[in-house]
Amino acid sequence: MKLLLPESLDEAMEMLADGDPGRTPIAGGTDLLVHWPQHLAGDTRTYVDLSALQELRRLRWTEDALVLGGLTTFWDVITDPRAVAELPLLMEAARLVGAIQIQSRGTWAGNVVNASPAADGVPVLMAYDAVVVLQSHDGREEVPLDAFYTGYKETRRRPDQLVTEIRLPRRAYTFQRFEKVGSRRQQAIAKVGLAVTHSDAGWRVVAASMAPYVCRCPSLERLLETGAPLASPVDLVAAVQKDVSPIDDLRSTARYRTEVMARVLYHALQGATPSGGIH
Amino acid sequence: MIAEPATPTIRISFTLNGASTTVEAAVTERLLDTLRYRLGLTGTKEGCGEGECGACTVLLDGLPVDACLVPTYQVRGRAVDTVESLDEASLEPFLEGGATQCGACTPGVVMTASWVCKNPGLLGSHPVRELMAGNLCRCTGYDGIVDSLQSALNPEAGA
Repeated sequence: MKLLLPESLDEAMEMLADGDPGRTPIAGGTDLLVHWPQHLAGDTRTYVDLSALQELRRLRWTEDALVLGGLTTFWDVITDPRAVAELPLLMEAARLVGAIQIQSRGTWAGNVVNASPAADGVPVLMAYDAVVVLQSHDGREEVPLDAFYTGYKETRRRPDQLVTEIRLPRRAYTFQRFEKVGSRRQQAIAKVGLAVTHSDAGWRVVAASMAPYVCRCPSLERLLETGAPLASPVDLVAAVQKDVSPIDDLRSTARYRTEVMARVLYHALQGATPSGGIH
Repeated sequence: MIAEPATPTIRISFTLNGASTTVEAAVTERLLDTLRYRLGLTGTKEGCGEGECGACTVLLDGLPVDACLVPTYQVRGRAVDTVESLDEASLEPFLEGGATQCGACTPGVVMTASWVCKNPGLLGSHPVRELMAGNLCRCTGYDGIVDSLQSALNPEAGA
């Protein structure tokens, strides 16, 4: 294992641009340091530490967006009254990421780049139409989060690119819900995660732990756009099955996940009118 | 056989329990190991080593973190507080209230509890059990921990 300690964003991008695909940016380390001593023996990666780049820490507001920095933590959002008021699902999901010890260190950008299908932060970002801003020596690229994942643990980030911002458009939401089903509320990994929003841009239904990566559910979104009344969770199952491909693993089974996702979505929607408003 | 090159080290200056401290540590070293094996502060315990149990909780710039997930080099210029920084009197409610049995989780539990006590405003937005959720305890069933923290927060109420 090797460590590089850049002191500026330019320096960090220079270090990532050297052509070695094993160069790994490290921020809060909450994923990378799990069972660290056991991993070190065979670890040939070079870590590029981001902790000196404090300009990436703060979140900021523009007229039409909330911009999370590359080092903005979950706790930074939980304790930001404006973010909590305007985009409450961010806070709701952040409070279910581990517990304070993880929330204080874990970053939104790290959650995105780690690309776990069970991520808690990613579904709410995707339901808010987040855009991932990637910066490299060659320039800046923006990738919508719903097009960022290409496979299990695979993303469109090139090894020389750094996530410097995650941009969330500011919209008036008429419906927003985040649901996580796990073995306990905190300190558990999701068996099923679900983020649902409705705005002028339409419905967004995003599922976690239901496919190789966190994904939008186009069939469910189309079904909700029709405004067709739903008599029971069964009415959602066909669309759920089209949109996701859950597996049996140590945390749950495919069958349980499918049924629970339909039920959780059905009950979440009970508060919504066909146009998305809340009763 | 070619010898492995020695792991590079780095000089790390930080504030530990209020005092300036400098160590020379391997870049691979976890804060947990630096505290226990380099600085002899063995109050901080290793439980799971994966950020799940909270036994190694310390405060980093005032916020609880799992020391098993913090590379030591990242605390350069920052403030770390360990269980050794707590005065005995502040632990009385936990002794009285049955917050500890086998003791493996206790150093982490009291560190998170000390953060709550220093920031009681958190209770306006967070239930105690949520704030303490990162500290697993397999003995007490948590009631003793929660009750003890409540009496640490409101000493008069339980007197």
